[in-house]
Amino acid sequence: MSKEKLDLLQGTLDLMVLRTLVTMGPLHGYGLARRIEQVSGDQVLLNQGTIYASLVRLQQRGLISARWGTSDGGRRAKFYSITQGGRKRLAAETENWQRLSAVIGRLLARPEEGR
Amino acid sequence: MSSMREWLERIRSFFRKRELDRDLENELSSHLELAVEENLRQGMSPEEARRQALIKLGGIEPSKELHRQVRGLPFLDSIVQDLRYTFRTLKRDRGFTVIAVLILGLGIGANTAVFSVVDTILLRPLPFAKPQQLVWIAPPPTKCGFSCETYSADAFEEFRAQNRSLQDVTGYFAFSTEDNYRLTGRGEPLPATGIDMAGNFFQVLGVQPSLGRLFTANETRKGSHPVVLLANAYWKRQFAADPGIVGKAIDLNGQPVTVVGVLPPTFDFGAVFSPGEKVDLYTPMILDDVRDWGNILTMIGRLKPGVSVAQAQADANLLAPQLYFNTKYPDSNKRYQATLTPLKMYVTGRLRGPLIMLWSAVGAILLIVCVNLSNLLLARAATRSKEFALRSALGAGRMRLVRQLLTESLVLSGAGAALGLGLASAITSFLVHQASIALPLLSDVRVDGSALAWTLLVAISAAVLFGVLPGLRVSSGNLHESLKDAGPGMSEGKKHERVRAVLVISEVALACVLLVGAGLLLRSFLRVLDVNLGFQPDRAAAIKIDYDDGGSPAKRGVIFRQILNHIGAIPGVEDAGMVDYLPLGQNRNWGPLTPKGKTYRPGELPSPLVYVVTPGFFRAMGMRLVAGRDFSWEDSPTSQKVIVINEAAARSLWPRGNAVGQIAVAGGGDRLVIGVVADVRETSVEGAPGWQAYYPATQDGPAGAELVVRTKLPPDSMATSVIRTLRQLNPNQPAADFQPLQQIVDHAVSPRRFFVLLVASFAGFGLVLASLGIYGVISYSVTRRTQEIGIRMALGASPANVQLMVIRVTLRLVLAGAGLGVLASLGVARLIASLLFGITPADPLTFAATVIVLTSVALVAGYLPARRASRIDPMSALRAN
Repeated sequence: MSKEKLDLLQGTLDLMVLRTLVTMGPLHGYGLARRIEQVSGDQVLLNQGTIYASLVRLQQRGLISARWGTSDGGRRAKFYSITQGGRKRLAAETENWQRLSAVIGRLLARPEEGR
Repeated sequence: MSSMREWLERIRSFFRKRELDRDLENELSSHLELAVEENLRQGMSPEEARRQALIKLGGIEPSKELHRQVRGLPFLDSIVQDLRYTFRTLKRDRGFTVIAVLILGLGIGANTAVFSVVDTILLRPLPFAKPQQLVWIAPPPTKCGFSCETYSADAFEEFRAQNRSLQDVTGYFAFSTEDNYRLTGRGEPLPATGIDMAGNFFQVLGVQPSLGRLFTANETRKGSHPVVLLANAYWKRQFAADPGIVGKAIDLNGQPVTVVGVLPPTFDFGAVFSPGEKVDLYTPMILDDVRDWGNILTMIGRLKPGVSVAQAQADANLLAPQLYFNTKYPDSNKRYQATLTPLKMYVTGRLRGPLIMLWSAVGAILLIVCVNLSNLLLARAATRSKEFALRSALGAGRMRLVRQLLTESLVLSGAGAALGLGLASAITSFLVHQASIALPLLSDVRVDGSALAWTLLVAISAAVLFGVLPGLRVSSGNLHESLKDAGPGMSEGKKHERVRAVLVISEVALACVLLVGAGLLLRSFLRVLDVNLGFQPDRAAAIKIDYDDGGSPAKRGVIFRQILNHIGAIPGVEDAGMVDYLPLGQNRNWGPLTPKGKTYRPGELPSPLVYVVTPGFFRAMGMRLVAGRDFSWEDSPTSQKVIVINEAAARSLWPRGNAVGQIAVAGGGDRLVIGVVADVRETSVEGAPGWQAYYPATQDGPAGAELVVRTKLPPDSMATSVIRTLRQLNPNQPAADFQPLQQIVDHAVSPRRFFVLLVASFAGFGLVLASLGIYGVISYSVTRRTQEIGIRMALGASPANVQLMVIRVTLRLVLAGAGLGVLASLGVARLIASLLFGITPADPLTFAATVIVLTSVALVAGYLPARRASRIDPMSALRAN
């Protein structure tokens, strides 16, 4: 596993988590994982366990907060919600992402230039 | 900002591991419950629902592991892991751990202690302001004692006024003796040691008083009210650190003297200028009182900023010949020379060689320690190769294994360093209180910041040094081979053994060098102790006595005669006599001594050292009268002036052996030579004696009086009765030390004893380590060859054959090591040649003794495994594998 790949993947997952929390409001880890799987149409092969690493990282950066609560089914679960800082970061990262993906898109869309 | 916050969080998490893990566990089980619930709803069986949930999650443990990595400090985690593992293995191998830490502790402790001494004496600047500017100014060294190393009051003043390269010049009275003051008015009179300083002494050295003030210019003028500065230790001891002492008067020699200040604890005159002696009082020198006293002042200068010693030397070369010995005599110039030495060099320069030798010796010890530990670790690695093979089979990388081994080395040497620091502070605090060792600045030695840093450096380099070789060997092992290798008897073991043999040989060689060095120093020391001092120090002691003759020789004769009569009458006293300066201490000269009727160019003849003595002094000292007679009480101020000279002077001046009865011109007049005494080692035990002249106290003025008493019993037991008798005669007699003459000799040879003792103990330690190394290797090879030995014995080898075989291996190791060691020692011995006395660097006895000692110790170390080998039972040995 090379480090760059892992970082990119982690970063992407973080972004997805933040976005999902904005859309859905407070969610527990399982809910988040399921939601991301559903939205991505199962295109993302998600090891659900990695979501917890992403969550603790975001929490340490102060982008999300967590508290224990009760789920719809009456089960105890830890619920995460986005903080003010998280929203800001999401906005920034989203813009970043869009610019990057636009650049990459343009770059890859060009017909191959012979060398 | 946020990354800072993240790191803080990570550090917090590192310490809240258990809490966070529990939280995560709850979270993961809640995750699984939710997942199982959903799967059940989709119609899976309970088992399948749980299995799918786990697959989706990617397993509980990997999730936890990832979580821990992300939230905490994984690098630190693995270090903690290594440490924990290390502690576990070291705890399991308790014997090995104890020995390793002990060896390291001794090695590192010795290094730290020696470093503290070297740092204090050699490396650290003197404890004065801008010490690099200070220079010692003295005529080039000669044989005629302190009088030729000092300057007159006139010369001092002129030099101070006229030189252009020094900010200022100061000095002190060079002829002060111990216990020269009597503190009265506080019960029985107490002895105190005081010294006259040039008025600007403390200003030039940059010493600030901790109470009160320094001397003023007024206080160095004739007729001014007497004042004194107290040494800090004396103030604490004698005046209970009285904060109101300044301005009070104390009684010194029956005269009230005002205390103007107390010096700081950091200023220790004795430690710098006259090692091993303590000074209690400092008084301002009144130059007008001493203009006719001859050469009495030392000179210390402070260079102007930017002026080099060489420039100041050039200046002094021009100035010195213009100085007048005494301005009263117009032709008394052209007598002086002045050599400038950086003060630091003057104080510690002659210790450079011995200290560097000591430092190297202790470095060699550290090397031996490292080699020894390397060896121990290799032996351990051999038994642990399976463990490491297993770990690497389970996925541990090579770097990780090396790191694990280095962690072990660091933990061992860290523990060793802790032990060593304890040892070093014990040694240094012991040294600080050894007032009998005449080494400058020794009282300042302590384990300080730089010693700590040095210890850290030593510990880390030692760990790397002894840890790397076993580390590389272990990790380079072929996995497959190691797992298969059942241990002893395989080829891997043999390769191991060769490396260890090389280590042992180098250990023996190093120990050999240390032993030779220690042997040479020890033999030199014994030679020094064997020197004929010219007097018998055993069963004789001296005490400083107080008397008041009002300056009259006749009265002095009466007082001295009375004292000696009373002392001589004490049971147990054989002889008693008096002298003003004891040998191996202070001295002075009164200019040249020439046969009457002959003229010599100035400086052609050496000036003899002068001692003013009473009748009976020679017998009390145990000095041999070679010809003529001793002084008698009939040699009075009005009778013929007489003198006794030593053999060296007699031989040079009257080579035909007819000195007695000749007239000599000395001490400002004609004198009849009445006797010749054997040469006394007056300035040092090791230096050849020069000329000496003895004047009778009944005719000439002594600088004080030391009563020398020769006793039938040990001198200590006589102290009280001698002091009681002196008190009866003179109630002002202070309770001065009744000092055995042997103590004076011991003091003079104490630096040599100090170095011999240290190097010898290092050599002993080196020898023990080397024999441990030999024992280890031979013992291992016997274990490895158990089967082979079993076969040999089954085929008819006798136990004696087997023993011989093992001993032969031992001998081969030792002789190889000793051979290399002897070669290296020849070189090292030449380097320390200047520290030897009375023997050549290639002293055959020392070398032979070293080889014999090494070989016999090694044979003992090899004999134990050899005996074990010879007791191997062939049947069980063959069955074992």
